[in-house]
Amino acid sequence: MTLPTPLSDAPLVSDWIAFDDALVEVRTGRVELGQGNLTAIAQIAAEELDVPLAMIRIVSGDTTRTPNEGFTSGSLSVHQGGMAVRHAASAARHLAIAEAAKLLQCGSERLALTEGRILRDGAPTSLDLWSMAASIDLSVAVAQWSDPKRPDQRALVGKPLARIDLPERITGTPFVHDLSPDNLLHGRPVHPPSVGARLLDLDLDALRTRPGVVAATRDGSFVGVVADSEYAAIRAALWATNHATWSDEPSAPADPVAAIAGSQESDEVVHEAGTLEGHEGQSSYEVTVSRPYLSHASIGPSAAVAQWQDGRLSLFTQSQGVYPLRDALAMVFGMPGERIDVRHWPGAGCYGHNGADDAALDAALMARAVEGRPVKVVWSRADEFRYAPLGPAMTTRASAFLDETGRIAGMSVAVNSAPHGNRPGRNGAPNLRAAACLEKPFPFPRSKDVPLSSGGGADRNAVPGYAIANLRASKRIVHDLPYRTSSLRSLGAFTNVYAIETLMDAIARDRDVDPVSFRLNHLEDPRAVAVIEGAVAEAGEPFGREREDGTGWGLGYARYKNRAAYCAVVVRVEVDEAVRVTDVFAALDAGEIINPDGMTNQTEGGIVQSISWTLKEALTLEDGRVTTENWSDYPILTFSEVPAIQVRLIDRKDEPPLGCAEAAQGPTAAAIGNAVRDAIGVPVNHLPLTRDALIAAISE
Amino acid sequence: MAERSEPVTLTINGRETAVDADGETPFLYVLRNECGLKATRFGCGVGMCGACTVLVDGEATFSCITPLETLAGREVETVEGVSRAGEVHPVVEELIAGQAAQCGYCLPGIVMAAVAHLRSTPSANRASIAAALDGNLCRCGAHVRILNAIERAVQRMQGEETV
Repeated sequence: MTLPTPLSDAPLVSDWIAFDDALVEVRTGRVELGQGNLTAIAQIAAEELDVPLAMIRIVSGDTTRTPNEGFTSGSLSVHQGGMAVRHAASAARHLAIAEAAKLLQCGSERLALTEGRILRDGAPTSLDLWSMAASIDLSVAVAQWSDPKRPDQRALVGKPLARIDLPERITGTPFVHDLSPDNLLHGRPVHPPSVGARLLDLDLDALRTRPGVVAATRDGSFVGVVADSEYAAIRAALWATNHATWSDEPSAPADPVAAIAGSQESDEVVHEAGTLEGHEGQSSYEVTVSRPYLSHASIGPSAAVAQWQDGRLSLFTQSQGVYPLRDALAMVFGMPGERIDVRHWPGAGCYGHNGADDAALDAALMARAVEGRPVKVVWSRADEFRYAPLGPAMTTRASAFLDETGRIAGMSVAVNSAPHGNRPGRNGAPNLRAAACLEKPFPFPRSKDVPLSSGGGADRNAVPGYAIANLRASKRIVHDLPYRTSSLRSLGAFTNVYAIETLMDAIARDRDVDPVSFRLNHLEDPRAVAVIEGAVAEAGEPFGREREDGTGWGLGYARYKNRAAYCAVVVRVEVDEAVRVTDVFAALDAGEIINPDGMTNQTEGGIVQSISWTLKEALTLEDGRVTTENWSDYPILTFSEVPAIQVRLIDRKDEPPLGCAEAAQGPTAAAIGNAVRDAIGVPVNHLPLTRDALIAAISE
Repeated sequence: MAERSEPVTLTINGRETAVDADGETPFLYVLRNECGLKATRFGCGVGMCGACTVLVDGEATFSCITPLETLAGREVETVEGVSRAGEVHPVVEELIAGQAAQCGYCLPGIVMAAVAHLRSTPSANRASIAAALDGNLCRCGAHVRILNAIERAVQRMQGEETV
């Protein structure tokens, strides 16, 4: 049996499971970002141990208590983290049964476990998990004892159980923003206005006399102000922002997307099969698409609480990776990681590497100035837009040629992109905003992006998922633009799927084949076929039918990372002054379903966010600075603009769970692009699909 | 910062409260840091996302741009106040029943905007609810579930009135 990878670093049952306080404690390195993964993981543990969900106490992302599972990213929480818990909980169950068999001096086949109690021949005994807790030795290898239930034995997994954390999120105080330990002070950073800017002058003594200010700290070009009230901190930071002078030699191309498209940096072939040579003269097709820099644009800005005491640093953070953040902070502060405790605490929705880790360092730097007192930092909305890592701008060129029967004989996909995957610790550096401008700086290193073997960064889904004999995918990472970028939900897949799927439609249209059968003719994997047929059926077979003027239908398909969830999306659009998506139909196969409602919810959310990216979103940049400051500069999809959405799930009980959070991003965008093409008669290749973009495409 | 003035007296969730803070302080910080009512969220600080929505004399109001001093003598209701005496408000109940959230950070503001709308528009429908929520942003994409839940709350409240 191959065990899930998290078990190699945390091999013992006791790393994951404890019986305590009449509850089962489950310790996971994964963190809840709003995606419902902790409910799914609790559900998996409850299933294996045959306890109700309410008997699970989940502890997550805590360097003092949980396994190190790196980052909660890449739609891997259930695929890896959940499966580690399945095995650990299974082992705990079998250890408990074995212990009971010993105590009751009977064969284990006569024993059962239900709601934590041991039954013998179906009748209650005096034993339960907690009465035996002291004698069950959980510090044994999971591998030795794990024997998870067969799919047909599962009762709780596969049910749409309610989120364990939801009520608190509506009327309670679950967020890191809400923490208020005794003696709390409020901190606000004063960030350099660009990645390269350095502080020339700021009168710190004057800053310290501002109302409510307790401390003002400067380290290199990082300035933080700490005050006794939140509003005083905000006002003092504003004063500092207005009085600071910076050396900033901004130089950046006026059109960064064009600069990325035209970059001469070296490129790398990441996948090659067959050859693309020697097919001159055959029918060929090409599209080049682009997307601008995007913002994570979480509704709650990045926040953290830090405290220094007796040479230890203690942090509450919404980071996606408490251990990598700890290691990055250890690098910055030149101290062993063992003296830093990092605990995850929920933030607002997180869709990738946003400002969470940066805010944690900001808080730690400010708390250092008021040793012994906790400091809470909450970024301003403008900080969040300007200083959090951006979703990279990209261009993707996809080209194909056909054989004499009209099948695609070869396809080439060439990606130019600002780098993805610059999380804390990657490329050997902290990758934290303030760290790069300290007196002893930790500059942002040259990014290696994310290799295809790890799912790919710019090249994620750049390899077409169709049965095509001759393929080539390449990526060119563009490093020389002065904007800090990292991982945003689905990484390169969003743009690459947009390119490949609009190319597929362009060919089908030219060959007068409907978009569904053209794709099916190029697919051999029955699971791929099933999601396309499922989405098209859900939509009522709209292709090839008469439609009203100004409306269009489109289809998009991809298997996320070419190895995770299969997703097909069909959309209907209306186009007049602007594009309006009215209806979305999706089908998803993410293997075994742990919680169908959670999976539907994630897919609906991915669809809405992808519509918003596709139709509306673009950061504004000028001379190396992000000039977007507020929601008026960065509109996102509103309640009046969301379509009706239907999601059909295909459950594969015998297949591994594949994760679902990012699967819909690319297919949704592609379906919209194809639907707009259907409605207006010309392709629109450059995102977002605003009115101006449509007019530009029509007049080309 | 202005001189500290007299405490400002107002009603919060039915309770008369005197707040001793700078009158210019945006009410959101007063609620969260002085009154211990932290379910109202900070989102943008400039009245563009709706996360901080509370009711002032029944009107949905962005507390992040409402100075404390403008609330003297007025009645404020927060998300902690809409579900009282153990009775969960139908909007909150339906949001939970419909699992209408991902991160949930935007929801307190959405609850308050929805409550204001339902009180002023007993015949609220999906389109009017959506329009009433256009000042509230959700980034996780839970919109469809949120609209479904509030529609169900409307139907329930209408049903209860006719009983």
